[in-house]
Amino acid sequence: MNTHVIELIVNGDLREVAVRPNLTLLQLLRDHLRLTGTKHGCGTGDCGACTVLLDGRPVNSCLTLAVEARNRTITTIEGISTSGTTLHPVQQAFVEKGAVQCGYCTPGMIMSSVHLLRTNPDPTESEIRHAIGGNICRCTGYTKIIEAIETAARAKKGSGQ
Amino acid sequence: MMRLPPFRFHAPETLEEAAAILADKGSDAMILAGGTDLLPNMKRGQHTPKHLLTLRRISSLRDVRNGSGLSIGAGLTLTQLLSNQTIRKDYTALWQAAKVVATPQLRNMATLGGNICLDTRCNFYDQSKEWRKAINYCLKKDGDTCWVATSSKTCLAVSSTDTAPALVALGARIRLVSSAGERVIRLEDFYNNDGLDYLNRRADEILSEVILEPVSGWKSTYWKLRRRGSFDFPVLAVAVAVKFTDDGTVEDARIVLGAVASMPMLSTDAAEFLIGKKIDDEVIRETGRIAAKIARPVNNTDLDPPWRKKVIPEFIRYALREVRGDDISSLRQRVAHQSRS
Ligand SMILES: Cc1cc2nc3c(=O)[nH]c(=O)nc-3n(C[C@H](O)[C@H](O)[C@H](O)COP(=O)(O)OP(=O)(O)OC[C@H]3O[C@@H](n4cnc5c(N)ncnc54)[C@H](O)[C@@H]3O)c2cc1C
Ligand code: SF4
Ligand code: FES
Ligand code: FES
Repeated sequence: MNTHVIELIVNGDLREVAVRPNLTLLQLLRDHLRLTGTKHGCGTGDCGACTVLLDGRPVNSCLTLAVEARNRTITTIEGISTSGTTLHPVQQAFVEKGAVQCGYCTPGMIMSSVHLLRTNPDPTESEIRHAIGGNICRCTGYTKIIEAIETAARAKKGSGQ
Repeated sequence: MMRLPPFRFHAPETLEEAAAILADKGSDAMILAGGTDLLPNMKRGQHTPKHLLTLRRISSLRDVRNGSGLSIGAGLTLTQLLSNQTIRKDYTALWQAAKVVATPQLRNMATLGGNICLDTRCNFYDQSKEWRKAINYCLKKDGDTCWVATSSKTCLAVSSTDTAPALVALGARIRLVSSAGERVIRLEDFYNNDGLDYLNRRADEILSEVILEPVSGWKSTYWKLRRRGSFDFPVLAVAVAVKFTDDGTVEDARIVLGAVASMPMLSTDAAEFLIGKKIDDEVIRETGRIAAKIARPVNNTDLDPPWRKKVIPEFIRYALREVRGDDISSLRQRVAHQSRS
């Protein structure tokens, strides 16, 4: 059978998995590794619900082949809180600001926001809008999401993180 | 949920190895770069290659080399391209075009080579297999009628790449490598005005690099019309590059329209008209009129064709005003957020 055995690091853990070439990274995460926080929306790159960090950068896991993640580092929504018991500042701000309605876009939205604040700790509103340009939300109208990201940026600055 | 059809996967480490695999598999194999165009198409059943060959492990394809001009590896991601300050400063149109391709996530994956080879697009083609089956498919894939123009013998799907019009305006050449040898051609000669057979590429050829000439005296710009400001394929693109003499006379010019045909369209008539003149308002008005003549928007993208046709000369004029040195940043801002139902 046409399978490839690959190693990759998922949320800090080294994993060894056997994958068919036509398995997407999204299917690997959700169906094989049971990390169902990452969502499947469109499957064609349009919605951003499947966003994960690959070697630190947000990508659409629905359009990434699992075999292409060989020897690379993946961070999903399950892996952003460092303690495992408290929420990441961006998650906390999303809860506080009411930036979550149905919640389907939320994991992807948060992954894009986490990356934004790592590379640009003090973004303008326009920079925030651009950073989440690839994440579609059909519920909130984005206003609360943008407020949450601004709040998280301020909180991170305050805590010196 | 749409799944990827099965295929065999190859991950060569060198260009030579990749070329050898392609030579062996022929048209049974397809190249995978960022996958942001190919994988959605495969999920929709538009392509069903038996073999996929990834370029990701070939690090030489990500080289950017400064010489008399600039050589950009085809495997460079658009995010990497955007962080290159030489491109930003000297090859403005290319930088601006790359900046408005897709979304931040997709630009982290998408490559320059993949953008140049992007499949042509059409509202009757970029649909799921079931949708296309319901209309009995079309000429481009699995059917025999073009639903955009039922009498047309050729497919009119639209060239929707953002970087190609910019690169054609900048006079770019590309290197194509195969086991049989390599060739360097002008980018405009890489394309056919045929939505089905849109690339002059043999199945065994790999696009390895884009070669840009030195830019002294040249100014360039890229304008894009799209329905949504956040991300969308172009429904009109205008790329203009002009070389000025010291007194502001046009010495050379290249005006290219994207998303108005199955390939980027270079208006030699407009360039001829511009050369030797100074860019005053009257020259701008007339150049817009002349260059717009090569565009034939048809009803297979967002926004209705008569309106798209009407704005073409205006967009060309915006671009010309900008290279002349007018500050039209607020207009650019407004156009960037343009939407019209
Ligand atoms: C939601 C969404 C929005 C998008 N918006 C835009 C947009 O606004 N503008 C735009 O231009 N594009 C857009 N795209 C399309 C796509 O993301 C880009 O064109 C991207 O640059 C394609 O590059 P890639 O590396 O992902 O190509 P791939 O998908 O890997 O390849 C595309 C094609 O090129 C061939 N190919 C790739 N590299 C080579 C090479 N080196 N030699 C020979 N053949 C090669 C492949 O075989 C395939 O046929 C969008 C896509 C999505 C999903
Ligand atoms: S232009 Fe015609 S043949 Fe081409 S994809 Fe559209 S409907 Fe099909
Ligand atoms: S599921 Fe990946 S972008 Fe929508
Ligand atoms: S909260 Fe429902 S899609 Fe964003």
